[in-house]
Amino acid sequence: MTDTHVLRVEGVTLAYGERTVVESLDLLVPPGQITTIIGANACGKSTLLRAMSRLLAPRQGRVVLDGKDLHRLPTREVARTLGLLPQSPIAPEGITVSDLVARGRHPYRRLLTRWTAEDDAAVARALELTGTADLADRPVDELSGGQRQRVWIAMALAQQTDILLLDEPTTYLDLSHQVEVLDLLTDLNRERGTTIVMVLHDLNLAARYADHLVAVKAGRVYAAGAPEAVLDAQLVREVFGMNSQVVTDPVSGRPLVLPISRHHCGADRREPVPVGV
Amino acid sequence: MTTLVAPQRSADVATPRRALTARLAWLGVALVALLLATTASVAFGSRVVSLDEIVSAFTGAEDGVAQAAVLGRIPRTILALLVGATLGLAGAVLQAVTRNPLADSQVLGITSGASLFVVAGIAFVGLSSPMAYIWVAIAGSALAAILVYAIGSLGRGGPTPLKLALAGAVTSAAFNALVSAVLLPRIEVMDDFRFWQIGGVGGATYDKLTLVAPFLAVGTLICVVCARGLNALALGDDVAAGLGERVLRTRLAAAAGAFILCGAATAVAGPIGFVGLMVPHACRLLVGVDHRWLLPFSALVGATLLTVADVAGRVVARPSEVDVGIVTALIGAPIFIAIVRRLRVRAL
Amino acid sequence: MSAVDVVIAGRVRRAWRWRLVVTGLAVAVVVAFSVSLMVGRTFYGPDEVLRVIAGQAVPGASFTVGVLRLPRAVLAVLTGFAFGLAGATFQTMLRNALAAPDIIGISSGASAAAVFAILVLKISSATTVSVLAILAALATAALIYVLAFKDGVVGTRLILIGIGVSAILKSLVSYLIVRAAAWDLQVAMRWLTGSLNAATWSRVVPLAVAIAVFTPLLLAQSRNLEQLRLGDDTAAALGVRVGRTRLVVILAAVALIAFATAAAGPIAFVSFLAGPIAARVVGPSESLMVPAGLVGALLVLVSDLVGQFAFGTRYPVGVVTGALGALYLVFLLARTNRSGGSL
Repeated sequence: MTDTHVLRVEGVTLAYGERTVVESLDLLVPPGQITTIIGANACGKSTLLRAMSRLLAPRQGRVVLDGKDLHRLPTREVARTLGLLPQSPIAPEGITVSDLVARGRHPYRRLLTRWTAEDDAAVARALELTGTADLADRPVDELSGGQRQRVWIAMALAQQTDILLLDEPTTYLDLSHQVEVLDLLTDLNRERGTTIVMVLHDLNLAARYADHLVAVKAGRVYAAGAPEAVLDAQLVREVFGMNSQVVTDPVSGRPLVLPISRHHCGADRREPVPVGV
Repeated sequence: MTTLVAPQRSADVATPRRALTARLAWLGVALVALLLATTASVAFGSRVVSLDEIVSAFTGAEDGVAQAAVLGRIPRTILALLVGATLGLAGAVLQAVTRNPLADSQVLGITSGASLFVVAGIAFVGLSSPMAYIWVAIAGSALAAILVYAIGSLGRGGPTPLKLALAGAVTSAAFNALVSAVLLPRIEVMDDFRFWQIGGVGGATYDKLTLVAPFLAVGTLICVVCARGLNALALGDDVAAGLGERVLRTRLAAAAGAFILCGAATAVAGPIGFVGLMVPHACRLLVGVDHRWLLPFSALVGATLLTVADVAGRVVARPSEVDVGIVTALIGAPIFIAIVRRLRVRAL
Repeated sequence: MSAVDVVIAGRVRRAWRWRLVVTGLAVAVVVAFSVSLMVGRTFYGPDEVLRVIAGQAVPGASFTVGVLRLPRAVLAVLTGFAFGLAGATFQTMLRNALAAPDIIGISSGASAAAVFAILVLKISSATTVSVLAILAALATAALIYVLAFKDGVVGTRLILIGIGVSAILKSLVSYLIVRAAAWDLQVAMRWLTGSLNAATWSRVVPLAVAIAVFTPLLLAQSRNLEQLRLGDDTAAALGVRVGRTRLVVILAAVALIAFATAAAGPIAFVSFLAGPIAARVVGPSESLMVPAGLVGALLVLVSDLVGQFAFGTRYPVGVVTGALGALYLVFLLARTNRSGGSL
């Protein structure tokens, strides 16, 4: 259903004012897979996502979509290919679910056009896929955190993009809602081939849901690959400055990171802790 | 990311001592500046007076035109000092109570509330005694502040600096429109009002000073007593409560002190803005955020600032003068803009 | 009902509500307009009014209605429309219902220039004063924009700096007014609060032209503007050229305010009230602009009627709208106790 669009980051340097956040970073986003970006606070992962969604222009290097420089493409065309769910999206007061999701059709509407049947169908489909159809006439303000997040995803879905970028879509949600959202995204990926790139702060959820895991450290890619191949105690120590043991999660078969803390970890496990990572 | 086993020994003992020395040094500087400002205030005007003439005026050695000029300027100088100190102090308190770096009696609409009540009092109740003006101005200040705070708290996120500033601007506009509504049919009051509206210390008399002094004293006392509480408030209501601070009580008391100060100052010198905004910021850079130092310092610097502004107003437009309220706005608003540019957007 | 039906039903329902409200508002404006032509010290019936409008010479009415009331009423509608439209635009763009252009300093530029021209430069030509006011409003907006620019413009900073600039300009105006001799005061007051006295066709025409030029510009951007409400990032992801939309919209809105202020002074609070009132009546919608313009027109017409006839003294329209603004603030607060606080 979706064409395969390839998003690639080539030697990109990103900075805010004088402060360089990302330096000469290369990244290929495997099409049709779920890529999860992890890293410590302020390592540049959100900045990277912003560059990939065209919100931030690189000082050097370029972000390439299907071989063409992202920043040179027409805005509308990009909006039909790349969808973004930023970290703290703002919902206008009083807006209903169906209205908000309908906003996602913006890249397809021209100045004087009215709503087409296709627009309505896309909105309806988005509502159904996210299980929010029965909330259609409710104001977004009244929904729970998990419901609201699903509505935002529905809006991105109505945009009918092949690539979906999400900046920490699970922050502020309780665990059951986090899993709900991540399962939904996985449905999208499996059923419709949507390429998903998300920044996650929870290492273990990232390991479970990612096909491709990218670890960012101090503005550079430390490692990238399948979670089983890439996620080990050394990565955790280097990227997060934490000692850990990485085992296989009995529930999902994916890597599971167990932090080694000063307490509750048995005397023989205590290793000297690294300083100043 | 650092992970350290044992908590690091916090700053050396030397630091507090060093900070104290620095503060005392700045205190000295501030006092000297104050003295200079006072001298300038009695020296300058439509007729510039020399230092010996000033001294002789005070000692009563000579009795000429120059000395008369000096003596005439004394009440004005005292008023400038008092009002400046008041506004500086009130500004620091308002910023602490609202945890808002942009708080100021004018920005928060407090001065327009005072104006409205004074005008309404004169027009509808026929108030004529200056004492009544002061009480009414205090009431107006309190009401405006509460209104602004309530409006600024609407919507998401509570009373952020941005929303409070907007609420203040909107409320000021509304109150000023009401003032116009009250004044337009009463042309005779209008003339007096528009001079008062500017904000100036030109009409200072010893009577006025004696009248307003007790209010200023009470307000100052309340604020000073709250100083320690304000330190705790800066950490956030929850943390402060956790530290044993009676948050609501401190806030109300400090706010009341600020209202009394603002009301009295506005009643006697008209609405003067931005002093309460600039002075605490400058003082924080010099002596830090401990309110036991910040409050007195703000008072000192505020006094100096207003006096200097008054002198500037007298000198720049000789032989007429630019009222001090204008001068403070012309200096203060650019500084307000500079502060806004410096602050991170998230802090607004 | 299938999801598609729900979606369509909701959309259709909202569209009908919008149409109903706009029609209702338009009718109300026409009614208020007619009333203001008919009512006054002398009452003229609808037939006489219509004859005057048609160009016939009617004794008495030709002057009172044709020369005094008609330009005044037309000016009221146009200024109300312009202020309402511009106000709703700023409030939407800055995502804050309190961020009306007269609060954030745009109108103060126009007033300051006008007061300066009248009191200091002693210019008596109304046209010259208007031109200066327009230039000053544009310059003020540009200044605020430039001062707020730091790696791009953030709404928060724009608003606060606008308040700062407004403070400077207002104090300048105060200074000039205080130094003014009494007979210039009346004219100067007009530039402080806004008034429709001295409405002439020469004031109406430039404003009408500005509305004709800039309204389509704004309407064309209204959808993009609504998307900005979702936040700059989300809007950009949806394909909105954020920087460009903001620039065009600010330019058009400032131009409307400048021309309207030049024509009648900064009529207080119209730009502040029109948007929220329209939003409350129309409900969440993609296009608040036309409703806001109509609400603005209605506000000015009604306020002027009230100011002229409801009290013993004649109040300029700006004072009445200012008082309405104060009432609205109180109303906002009263509502919050029940519903939990929103603008």
